[in-house]
Amino acid sequence: MPSLNNLFGFLQDWISGKLSGFLPPWGVTLAMMVITIVALLLFLVVTVMYLTYLERKVLARIADRLGPNRAGPLGIAQPVADVLKLIVKEVIVPARADVPVYFLAPVVMVAPALLPYAVLPFGPRMVPADISVAVLFVPAVTSITTLALLMAGWGSGNKFSLLGGLRAVAQKVSYSIPLLLAFLAVVLVSGSLSLVRIVEAQASYPFLLAQPLGFIIALICCVAEVNRSPFDIPEAESELVAGYHTEYSGVGFAMFFLAEYIGMFTVSAMLAILYLGGWHGPLLPPYIWFLIKVYLILCVMFWLRGTFPRVRVDQLMNLSWKVLLPLSMVNVAVVALVDKLGLRLGFLPGLVAGLVVMAVAAAVLRTRRRARAAAAARPAWQVREA
Amino acid sequence: MLRTETLSINVGPQHPSTHGVFRMLLTLDGERVVDLKPYFGYLHRGIEKTAEQRTYVQNVPFTDRLDYICGMSNNLAYALAVEKLAGIGPIPERAEYLRVIMAELTRVVNHCVAIGFLLNDLGAFFTPVLYCLRQREYILDLFEMASGSRMTPSYIRPGGVVEDVPPEFIPAAKKVVAGLPAFVDELDQLLTGNEILMARLQNVGVLPPERAIAYGVTGPVLRGSGVAYDIRRAEPYSIYDRFDFDVITEPGQDAYARFLVRLGEMRQSARILEQALAQIPEGPVMAEGVRRIRPPAGEAYARIEAPKGELGFYLISDGSPNPYRFRVRPTSLINLQALRDMCVGHLVADVVVILGSIDLTMGEVDR
Repeated sequence: MPSLNNLFGFLQDWISGKLSGFLPPWGVTLAMMVITIVALLLFLVVTVMYLTYLERKVLARIADRLGPNRAGPLGIAQPVADVLKLIVKEVIVPARADVPVYFLAPVVMVAPALLPYAVLPFGPRMVPADISVAVLFVPAVTSITTLALLMAGWGSGNKFSLLGGLRAVAQKVSYSIPLLLAFLAVVLVSGSLSLVRIVEAQASYPFLLAQPLGFIIALICCVAEVNRSPFDIPEAESELVAGYHTEYSGVGFAMFFLAEYIGMFTVSAMLAILYLGGWHGPLLPPYIWFLIKVYLILCVMFWLRGTFPRVRVDQLMNLSWKVLLPLSMVNVAVVALVDKLGLRLGFLPGLVAGLVVMAVAAAVLRTRRRARAAAAARPAWQVREA
Repeated sequence: MLRTETLSINVGPQHPSTHGVFRMLLTLDGERVVDLKPYFGYLHRGIEKTAEQRTYVQNVPFTDRLDYICGMSNNLAYALAVEKLAGIGPIPERAEYLRVIMAELTRVVNHCVAIGFLLNDLGAFFTPVLYCLRQREYILDLFEMASGSRMTPSYIRPGGVVEDVPPEFIPAAKKVVAGLPAFVDELDQLLTGNEILMARLQNVGVLPPERAIAYGVTGPVLRGSGVAYDIRRAEPYSIYDRFDFDVITEPGQDAYARFLVRLGEMRQSARILEQALAQIPEGPVMAEGVRRIRPPAGEAYARIEAPKGELGFYLISDGSPNPYRFRVRPTSLINLQALRDMCVGHLVADVVVILGSIDLTMGEVDR
């Protein structure tokens, strides 16, 4: 009787056992690779389809609506209808497009978005490749999508797209730095760059408790990395129509859409692995716990999107370079210090230190804002009432 | 030195946030606006000219279609102008009260729409606007109850209102008005203190009071520049002198101040509505002997504090049943004049916000 906890490990053994009956060892390895890749791709595509459904439902509830409810019971066939629509839609190439770049951009967008799943652990023994530098690997490959955004913006031959593409590049570059610095603190404590080892290091408590500041910095950066509201300025609908993908229709647009949602899932998974303890949790099987944590973060992203206005380009840059970057450096220093002192109190010193730094930072920011507002306030100028 | 070029982009007439068919030619240096030229006229329907071929009462539906968000207010301004021109009066008390009630409900509708879509322009994905539109629906239901139509009521006519409201109207209106303060508080809590909202609106689209007056800007935009000018106070029409309310001004002169003025005016409208609904008498709703309006030769100008600012109708009569000249003083068009001044030097993202903070309806700009 296979335990539910190790369902996928059991499946893996069972399939490879069956295969080894008629395949040489290298053939089994190859077949297992293909099966894993296909399974992951299927999982991702279905996940993305239903993420859009979940997002629309959640946003609808926030906005006091019902959301999709026509296609199928409760609208659950809506994603299928959407996909079909996108696939059969005519692909329109703008007259002024740079055609090779225009067609290459969606591909360059999707391929790197899929790569992180080679190293993301969904559970113990549920990682295709446990490489020793996974924490670096994920940001490295996902940042290739930046190039795709610029290609799309340039290749469309549209000024709105170009502005969107330029914004995307500036934003991705700016937010990668504090994000990696926040990850650095996790690496520092766990002593490994392998995601599996990092999860194993959180067996007693998740790093969220020891590094609350790091988690918040990473969360903000992740939202910005995947261009989600309130940092969705590369595709700011009210300003740039749709930014870099304005000129894409049909499958091209679907590719951008797919990449965006896979990206969301990736960063949520990274946050769950690095800060929420990955697959650790009582009672339920590990992969279920992992997915619960990922969806929790995804829902936070939906919630942000349903509530917040968008920040402006310059404010976005200010936030990254003037607030998040210094704070993430402070975070690394504080985490290192707390770790070095080693008070044998579990997460408590880290939690206290993190909260203190956050309180100080909030106070400083608030006084600065007050000072700015006071400098801007003008005397009221009254017209004599007639 | 790097050689740079400015970039010209057309925003509109088909763009998610130009509020109707409106085009701006932006000249950008990077993302900074160097120049802005508004182009309008896409919605020109020749209302002013057509009105010269119709009788005074036949022209009422045209006024609905000027600022189509605020049909009732437009009706009121036009009715006042015709009454002044033809010497119709006195207007029955009940009709005066109904006019004030409708005009103030319209103000709430307009400010709901203005704030909601301003937030949409800011990128708050549809949540605030849907809250606002939900409130607007309640009021549009009232309009439908009274006039049979939600957006083009043609309810306020020269001489009074077209017919009395059904008996269930007053209780229903009281219920809606009782819910208004809570709704405004909800918006207030959701939006006013929001860090991102403040960062996006404060010091954006600054319009100093001297410039505002020089441009002839009126309404919440003018009061957001700190000028306490409200025609309901400055030159009371209808029965506005009987009600207790404050003229809201904000010293900020920026988009945030305009937003705050609109929030405050919704609260004041609720105050006026409470008083009007409590005091409304029974009686006729149309003045005696208003059958066929044939004013003596002459001219008249009547103006009201419409939700967006001063809305005026200038009518010339040559003694025939049709106006010789039918001229609208469109609030939106005149407020639009200040757009370039407010936008130059800001970023692209600010332009749509400033446009939203002025609160235009293209139906009124183009006529």
